[in-house]
Amino acid sequence: MLLGSRLLTGAAVVVGVPALIVGYIALVEWLVARLPFVWQPKVRPWLWLLPALVILGFFLLYPAVDTFYLSLFDTTGKQYVGLQNYTYFFTTQGTLIALRNTAYWLIFLSIFTVALGLIFAVLFDRVKYEAAAKGILFLPMAISFTAASIIWKLQYDYQPPGAAQTGTLNQIITLLGGQPVAWMVDPRVNNLALNWVGIWMWTGFALVILSAGLKSIPGDIIEAARVDGANEWQILRSIMIPMMSTTIIVVGTTMVINALKIFDIIYVMTGGFYNTDVLAVHMYIEMFDNLQFGRASAVATLLLITIIPFMLINIRRFREQEAMR
Amino acid sequence: MNRKLWLSLSVVAIGTMVLAACAPAASAPTATAVPPTEAPTTPPTAAPTEAPTTAPTEAATAAPTAAATATLPPLRTAQQAALDAAGGKQLGGSVSFVGPWGGSEQDAFMAMVKPFEDATGVTVNYTGSRDVNALLVTRVTAGNPPDLADFSTPGLIAQFQQQGKLVDLSKFMDMNTLKSEYAQTWLDLGTFNGQFSAMIIKVATKGLIWYDPNVWQANNLQIPQTWDQMISLSNQLISQGKTPWCVAMESGSASGWPGTDWLEDIVLRQAGADVYNQWWQGKIAWTSPQITQAWQTWGQIVGNPKMLYGGVNRTLSTNFAKDADPLFTNPPGCYMEHQASFMAGFIQTDNPSLKAGTDYNFFPFPAFSSSTASSVEMAGDLVGMFNDTPQAEALVKYLATPEAQDIWAKIGGGYLSANKAVPVSDYPDVLSQKSAQMLINAQVAVFDASDQMPTAMTNAFYQAVLNYIQNPGNLTSILQNLDSVQKTAYTTP
Repeated sequence: MLLGSRLLTGAAVVVGVPALIVGYIALVEWLVARLPFVWQPKVRPWLWLLPALVILGFFLLYPAVDTFYLSLFDTTGKQYVGLQNYTYFFTTQGTLIALRNTAYWLIFLSIFTVALGLIFAVLFDRVKYEAAAKGILFLPMAISFTAASIIWKLQYDYQPPGAAQTGTLNQIITLLGGQPVAWMVDPRVNNLALNWVGIWMWTGFALVILSAGLKSIPGDIIEAARVDGANEWQILRSIMIPMMSTTIIVVGTTMVINALKIFDIIYVMTGGFYNTDVLAVHMYIEMFDNLQFGRASAVATLLLITIIPFMLINIRRFREQEAMR
Repeated sequence: MNRKLWLSLSVVAIGTMVLAACAPAASAPTATAVPPTEAPTTPPTAAPTEAPTTAPTEAATAAPTAAATATLPPLRTAQQAALDAAGGKQLGGSVSFVGPWGGSEQDAFMAMVKPFEDATGVTVNYTGSRDVNALLVTRVTAGNPPDLADFSTPGLIAQFQQQGKLVDLSKFMDMNTLKSEYAQTWLDLGTFNGQFSAMIIKVATKGLIWYDPNVWQANNLQIPQTWDQMISLSNQLISQGKTPWCVAMESGSASGWPGTDWLEDIVLRQAGADVYNQWWQGKIAWTSPQITQAWQTWGQIVGNPKMLYGGVNRTLSTNFAKDADPLFTNPPGCYMEHQASFMAGFIQTDNPSLKAGTDYNFFPFPAFSSSTASSVEMAGDLVGMFNDTPQAEALVKYLATPEAQDIWAKIGGGYLSANKAVPVSDYPDVLSQKSAQMLINAQVAVFDASDQMPTAMTNAFYQAVLNYIQNPGNLTSILQNLDSVQKTAYTTP
C-alpha cells in the first residue's frame, strides 16, 4: 500500500511537473499575445523568468532579508535593539577571536590550496601516472568533513611525554626524539593544525581545476618559448601563471568562500575552544546553544556581506571566461 | 518558585529515602513496627545488648516512613507495569523519543523500553544525539518536536516550559503514586512555575574521587577527610616525585564540563548550599568573594602543573571518559581522579579485568569544615513531553515505575534510580550500591549547578574553565567576563 502510494506520487511528479511548466508557458504566451505588439518582447522574458524568480526569492532572498531583520532584535525576537547586536559583535573578545581565526582560514586555505594545487598540477603534468596521482590527491574530497575531522583528530591525538603516543603525528615526533605537541590545545599551533585539515581536503579540488587550466594552454606557445631559450622556471612564471590567472583567481575565491563558511572541522575537533573559534561555529553556538537569535543573525549578516565581494569577483571572472570563448 | 524549595525539602526527602533503603534490608517488617515504648518493658531475654542501642533511635526516625514504604506493592513484572501504564490496552502505534545516549547507554535504555514495546505494541523510535540540546531547539522552533525528549539540563526544560512547549505531566500521571515512590525534591526538580513538566528517570552522584585501592594500600595512603588533607596528600605525592591528579576536560562542544563539576563541589562545601543555589540562579556575581574563592581553591590543583598528570596539555586534550585510565597503569600515572558515579562504566569499558570495589573505588569529595559534611551533588536525566499522545503518556508512566527503573538499575554503569521502590540490593556492584547509599545518607543534596543555568551561561562557564586551566593568572578577567554574560543570559526568550 505504501509502495503503491509512493508510485502514485512519483507518477504525479513525473507527469505533473512538465505538464505544469508547459501549461505555464502556454498561459504566458496566451497572455502576451493579448498585449500590444511593442510590449511583447519586453514583457515576455520577465514572465518566463517569473517562476525561477519566485523560487529564488523564497529560498534565498527572503531568508537573507529576514536574517538581517532578526539581527536588529534582541534574544526574544520582539524587542527592537538597533545595531546593538553588531556593536556586541565588534566589542566582545570571543567574537573578535572568531573574526581573527576566520581571517587566518581565509589566508591560509586560499594560499596553500592554490600554491600546492599549482605545484602538483605542474609536476604531475610531466609524469606518466598523472591520473593515478591526481586521483589520490583528490580522494580526501570524497570524505565528509566530519569523517575527515575525526581522522585528523586521531592523527593529532596527544599523550603526555613518556606515555605511549596514540596519535600518528606525535608518535613520529617522539620517535625522532622530540616532545609531543598538544595540537588541538596549544594556541601556537592549533589554528594551523586545523587549517591543515582544510588544506588537505581542498588541495585535490584546486589541483584538478588548475590542472585543467594548465592543459588548456596551447602546447605551441610553450614550445615556442623553449625554442626562444626560456628555462622551465621562466615558462612557469611568464607563461603558465599569467595564462592561468583566471583559473587561479576562480579557485582562490572559491577557497575564500569555503574558508568563510568553514564549520565542521572546528566544531568536531575543538568545538571552537582554545581560541580556535570561527564565525560559522560562533553563529551556530549563539543560535542553537545560547538561543541568541539576534546575535546569531548579526553574525550571519556579517558573513554574507563579507562573502558578497568574492562572489562578485567570481561571477565577473566567469563572465570574462565566457566572453573569451 | 518551586525550585527554591528543592534544598529546604532535601532533608525531609533524605529521611524518606533512608527508609526506602532500610525497608528491604530489615527482612521482618514487624521489627521496625515495634513501638519504642515496648523495648524497655519486654524483659531482655533474647538479645539484651541490642534492644537499648538500636531500637529507640531506629524506630524514632524510621517508623513514620516505614509505614509508607510498607504500603508499596511488590514489584510487578515489567511487562505488567507497562500494560498498566497503557491502561491495560494494546495501544499500537509509535512514540518518538530524542535523547543524548549512544552506545551502551542507548542499549540500556532500549532494554528498559523492550518490555513496554512487547506489552503494548507501541514502537519506541529513539533518536540519540550528543548534541541533543541543539537538536531539540531546532526541532521545537521548527514546530516539529519529538513526542518525548530526555534532558540532562533542567535549564533547557525551564526555557521550553516558559515558551509553553511542554505538556503538564500531572494531567495524566498518578501523582499520589509518584509522591509515594519519589522524594518530593525529585518531583520539584521537574516542576517549573508550578507545572510538573519533566519526570526524573535516572540519577548520577557527582563529586566522587576515584582511586585504585591496591595502589593506595601499597603506598600506605589514607583517605583524606578534608580538602586540606587532600591537598597535603597531593603535595606529599609530589615530593615523592609522583603526580597526584588526573584531570581531563575534553568533551567535544561541551568541553570544560568536568571542571564545572569540580567548582560546584567546592562551592557547595566551602560556601554552602544557599550560596550554591543563588549562584546558579544568577543572584550572586561570579566576582563575589565566595565564587572567586572557589576558583582559587580549585587553582591549588589545576593551577599547579606538578599536580596534573601530563600537565595542562593532557588535561585539556584528553577526553573525560579516558581520564581514569592512568590510575591503573604500572607505575600509576596518577593517584586520584574526580568524576561522577557513571565513571565506573568508563573504567570498566577500558579496563575489563578490574573488579569494582577491590580494583577501583571512590571516596566522597572531602569537606571543608565539619559543618558542611555529607553534602552531595547529583545530576540526572528528565523526560519531558512535547506531544500529548496516548502512547507517549503510557511510556512516561512506564518509565517512572519501579519495574522499569529496576531494569536500568540492574544493568549498572553507575546510574541510579530516584525511585524509592527500587531495592538498593538490585544494583549489580558494590560501588553503585555505595553511591546510592551516599545519596540516601546525604544531609544536603543539590542538582548540578551548570546544568540548571541558562545555556548561554553554561557555555560561558565551560569556556571559562578551559581558559582558567590555560591561564590561571587571568582569573579576574575570566570572572568579569562571566559576570557580563550573567547580565544577559538570565533574560530568557
